[in-house]
This record gives sequence, C-alpha cells and structure tokens, in this order.
Amino acid sequence: MKKTLYDKLWDEHHIYSYDNGYSLIYINKHLIHEVTSPQAFEGLKQAGRSIWRKKSVMAVPDHNVPTTLREAGIKDPISKIQVDALNKNCKTNDLLKFDLEDIRQGIVHVVGPEQGIILPGMTVVCGDSHTSTHGALAALAFGIGTSEVEHVLATQCLLQKKSLNMNIKVNGKMPEYFYSKDLALLIISQIGTAGGTGYAIEYTGNAIRDLSMEARMTLCNMTIEAGATTGLVAVDEKTISYVENKPYSPKGENFSSAKKYWENLTSDNDALYDKIIDIDISESSPMITWGTSPEMAVGIDGKLPSLDDERFSSKRQDLLNAFSYMGLKEKQSVNSIELDKIFIGSCTNSRIEDLRIVADIVKNKKIANNIKSAIIVPGSGLVKEKAENEGLDKIFTKSGFEWRSPGCSMCLGMNDDKLNEYERCASTSNRNFEGRQGRLGRTHLVSPATAAAAAIHGHFVDVRDM
Amino acid sequence: MKKFKEIKSIAAYIDRKNIDTDAIIPKQYLKAVTREGFGEALFDDWRYLEPGNLGDNHALRKKNPEFFLHDPKNEGAQILIAGDNFGCGSSREHAVWALMDYGFNVVISSSFADIFYNNCFKNGLLPIVLNDSNMDKLISNVNKKNNIYMISLENQLIKCDDLEIKFKIDNRRKEVLIKGIDDISETLKLSDKIKEYENIKAVKTPWMFNG
Repeated sequence: MKKTLYDKLWDEHHIYSYDNGYSLIYINKHLIHEVTSPQAFEGLKQAGRSIWRKKSVMAVPDHNVPTTLREAGIKDPISKIQVDALNKNCKTNDLLKFDLEDIRQGIVHVVGPEQGIILPGMTVVCGDSHTSTHGALAALAFGIGTSEVEHVLATQCLLQKKSLNMNIKVNGKMPEYFYSKDLALLIISQIGTAGGTGYAIEYTGNAIRDLSMEARMTLCNMTIEAGATTGLVAVDEKTISYVENKPYSPKGENFSSAKKYWENLTSDNDALYDKIIDIDISESSPMITWGTSPEMAVGIDGKLPSLDDERFSSKRQDLLNAFSYMGLKEKQSVNSIELDKIFIGSCTNSRIEDLRIVADIVKNKKIANNIKSAIIVPGSGLVKEKAENEGLDKIFTKSGFEWRSPGCSMCLGMNDDKLNEYERCASTSNRNFEGRQGRLGRTHLVSPATAAAAAIHGHFVDVRDM
Repeated sequence: MKKFKEIKSIAAYIDRKNIDTDAIIPKQYLKAVTREGFGEALFDDWRYLEPGNLGDNHALRKKNPEFFLHDPKNEGAQILIAGDNFGCGSSREHAVWALMDYGFNVVISSSFADIFYNNCFKNGLLPIVLNDSNMDKLISNVNKKNNIYMISLENQLIKCDDLEIKFKIDNRRKEVLIKGIDDISETLKLSDKIKEYENIKAVKTPWMFNG
C-alpha cells in the first residue's frame, strides 16, 4: 500500500495495537524543560518507578530563565526553584542537560536540531506544544502534557490514536520579503486555528522544497497554531546536509547507512491523504496578525477586516472582542498601527538566518523614538556566538536593540521580559492570545523582517517598500 | 486517578470560542512544581481586575463582577459549557489541573484541541463533544429555571427534565475514566514487547538511540 511520510513514521514506531483502536508507539527522543517536567518526576518518584531509557532524554532550562545578567544567576526565587528542580532531577537520574552556563543552552526546540540530537525518522516528544518544530527534519514530533511526560519517562512509549493525513501543497515562488513565518500565518488565516485538529500535516510542493531547513522549522513550529500537533516536511538533500556533522549525529559508515534510511522518508507517489489543500503563494504579501488568535491575520498592505464582511458573519462577536482587546478599529490600515516594543526571538524565529534577515534591514538605521524597548533573544548560546562572530550583535546594538542571552523570553513572558498593560508589540513569536506576553499586552505576530522594519519606523510598514 | 462517577450539577456557560490554555491558566502560575492549587487562578486575567501571582491570597484580589464564574447562579457548577476549539494553544496540563481544582468535572464544547483533550483523560476530567444542534439545545436550556444536569458517562447521557442528549466517546477513553485506569501500569504490562522492539531497532537503526 502507498504510504504517506506520516504513515511510514507511525508504522516504524508502532509496537502494539490494542483492540480499541489505540496503539503503543515507541518514543526515541524526549526533550525536557523546567516548566512541565517537575510534576512528572515527582509522580515517577511517588510511584517508585525508574526512567526507562535515560539516554533518550535531553534537558535544558529555557522557559523561565533570565536573558540579562546571566552571571548573577536567577533572581526570581520561584523561577529558581523550578530550574533547581530540573537540575536535581537530571543529576539524580543521570540525564543529559545543558546548563545555563553552557554555550549549548537555549530554547529546547532550537537546541535539539542544532546538536543533531533530533534526527530524521525519530519520534520526538516534549512537554511543549511547539515540539511540532522537529517535523521539519521528517521526525514524528508532537507536544504532550505532563502526565504523558511521566508516561514516556517510565515506559519510553505513548498510547496514541493515529491522526488523519493532511497535505498542504504550497506552490509558486516565495515572493521577496515573504518568509515561512508569513506562509504559516497565511495558512492559519485560511484554515483557522482548529483547521488541523485531528490531522498530521505534511507540507509539500516546490515552495517547501525551496525553503531552508531553518525556514521549514519555522513553518512546522507554527503548525500547532493551526490545531495540528504534527507538521512534517519530507527528507531531501537539505535535510541530509543539515544533520551531517552535528555533535550527536551518526558519523562515518553509520552516517551512510542512516542516510540510506532517511532518503526513504518521503511520501510515496500517489499516497492517499484524507485532506489536501492547495496554496499558491506567488502573489502573497508579508502577513501580520491584528487580533487575539493567530488566524486573525492580514497582508501587511491590507486593512483590518470589516464587521460587515459576510465571511465573518458567524465570527462577528470574536472580531468585536479582538478589536476591543487590541485597541484597534475595523477597516483600519495596518501601517497606522504604532508600536511600543519589538521582540525578535522564540522557538519560531530565533535562528541565525532570522538574525541575518533582521541585521540586513536595520543595518545603519536607528530604531524609532517611540519604541520603548526592542530586544533580540537568540535561540541558543551557539546561535548567539555565531551571530557575534558575524558582527550582527554590533549592528543590532548600534541600531538601538538590546542583545540578550538565549531563552523563551517574551514569547510567553515567564521571566522579566514581558509587556506591560496596553503595550503593543511586534513579535516574531507564535501566539497573540490575550495576555500571552503580559496581562493586557497586545501582540502582533510577524516575520523577523517585518518586526525589524517596524522597529525602525515605530509603526508597521510594508518591508518591501523600504 | 480517581474514578469518574455520575454527576448531578448546574452548568456554567461561557460564550466564547477558541479559549486557549493561556487564558485558562496564565504563565505566572506555571512556575509551581506541584499539581494542586491552580483553581483560584482559573481564567485569572478575566476573573480578576488586578494582576495576580503565584502565592497570592486571591481572596483579597478585586474580582470582575461581570465574569461568569462570579454569577451567583453558577456557584458550585461542576459542568462547564464553552465555545468551539476549547483548550487550544499551549500543552500545559496545568489547564486541566486548574479546571478540576476549581471544581469542574465535565467540560462540554463542540470541539477541543488535541493536546488538551488528551490531558483531560490523564486526570479524570470528562470532555464531552456535542454537535452544533445539541450545543444549541443545551445552551438554550442553561438560562431556564432548572439548570441542573445529570451526566452519566456509563450511559453517555446528559439529562435535565425532558432534555436528553446522548454523546459519543470512544470505548477506551470511557473505560479509563470510569475505572480510573493508570496508563503507565497498563503500558508496563507490555514491557517485554517494548524491550523486543528496542533490541531489533538498536541494530537496524542505532542512530535512533543516540544521546
């Protein structure tokens, strides 16, 4: 039978079928951070269970950690308890962990692929919904809750019901200044935040093949915002060369044999999908979210929706709520939206290519006077080092940006990096929910290029006009 | 996990779609290292008029009198009715813990996000999916004099006076809740199969066991 990539990954990790439609699936790699793991370790301890395969775990503190004055340690005593708990749990159980002082520390979804700990064909889980990121490497990766974290620690497996297959075919050439972040927002604006619920989404088409590995990670990362826990891109030459020579990837003959295996990680011709969506992006504009859900997105050259628009007749109340929360009006033009803060970072957009794009736009320019703070938070210590070797940090600080240490930072505002009430932010992160970046804060999701352009102008501008 | 028993309770209705887990329990409470005590912070940003933090005495915080949980008629509700796509966003299981700690044992919506839905069954919270017409029937009943429902998972039935709504749930999920099954113990019964799988794959694809 013809198989999709998802079918192949599923079958390869399938251990047992229960007669109730559920299967036991083997998990190769388990990523852990400080926020969703302490209760799992505690549960394990209380039940007197041990960790099934210690080498499957990679731990790193990221959600809670400060992005300034690292040498001083963690000031917030409650955050410190959580990071200390992670340290203790990893030490007691002899688990691989990258400490705050380690140059390899960073956002869990940046660190995993960067280290070659995530490889094509693996099953990958983490107590974090953006685990979908790793599907860019053709790994079956999805976020889980804390009870499932405990389940995987104890058994190396999960009980799963197979998802349906969706194929999002993206054709056409990516327009200039239209990035995979824009593509993700375009897709979500079309299928909605529940459009992918129950599906594993595979992204196919020539536009996807043209994307770099980092750009594919951005797209797969945002898949959860369309409701699907898994986003996938098939293996090609880019995938193979990305994983080659990473610290934890196989070497020599092992690499050659792995490569043969990986090359088969594509959907068969004529494989059947439960749903197919065709998108042509040749004429697309960079995207920006205006509301409180990632699906509330429009082109940068457009206007906010009209309450009379029939397409939104069933969503009129949602639109009113969102306008009210965001302090915006219907039919307002996007470039009239003024900003207070700029955040460039998160597991969506904090990799070296993102930072290079920002540097290109802000070089020899100053951020606008009305911007109270503009921070750039690299995804890992190694991304930070690379950027500094390329002189990007100098470009950023000369323009008025703050250059920070790696972590999740203002994407969810668990540390000191957050929005104050009614502050408006152009953010390269993944969620614009009410209060996400701080109580009553207002978030606009954009690509690094659009965020950079907004920093310079103090309001949204079409980056293509710069 | 505690077993799910038949429930008789009023239902509280929040007329909102796409309620995300950030709204159910905001980030500052995720710094806790336990599973308890999140109920006072359930829907924190909507429920209180001033900011709150982990460890606060929430009784002293200024409440939003218009919020549905503060409506006297919703007091003691064990059933929550909410709009489409409930529990979207972050995988935080704290959302389920907060709902249960508050006192909810059932959440009814026309759809749930996948990770949230999964998390419910690990904690004994029953998520019921109804089609739009049954949702409409239920919601129109909420403002009636008798807003007390009997929910039987055994019979997959919601009942209030003449209103009877059957709901679907797959057999495995139903059994987990009714018996309070610990999934880990169930999986460990298959330890031999897991080891056998590992032994085969460690030879065939050793790189899958890196680290």
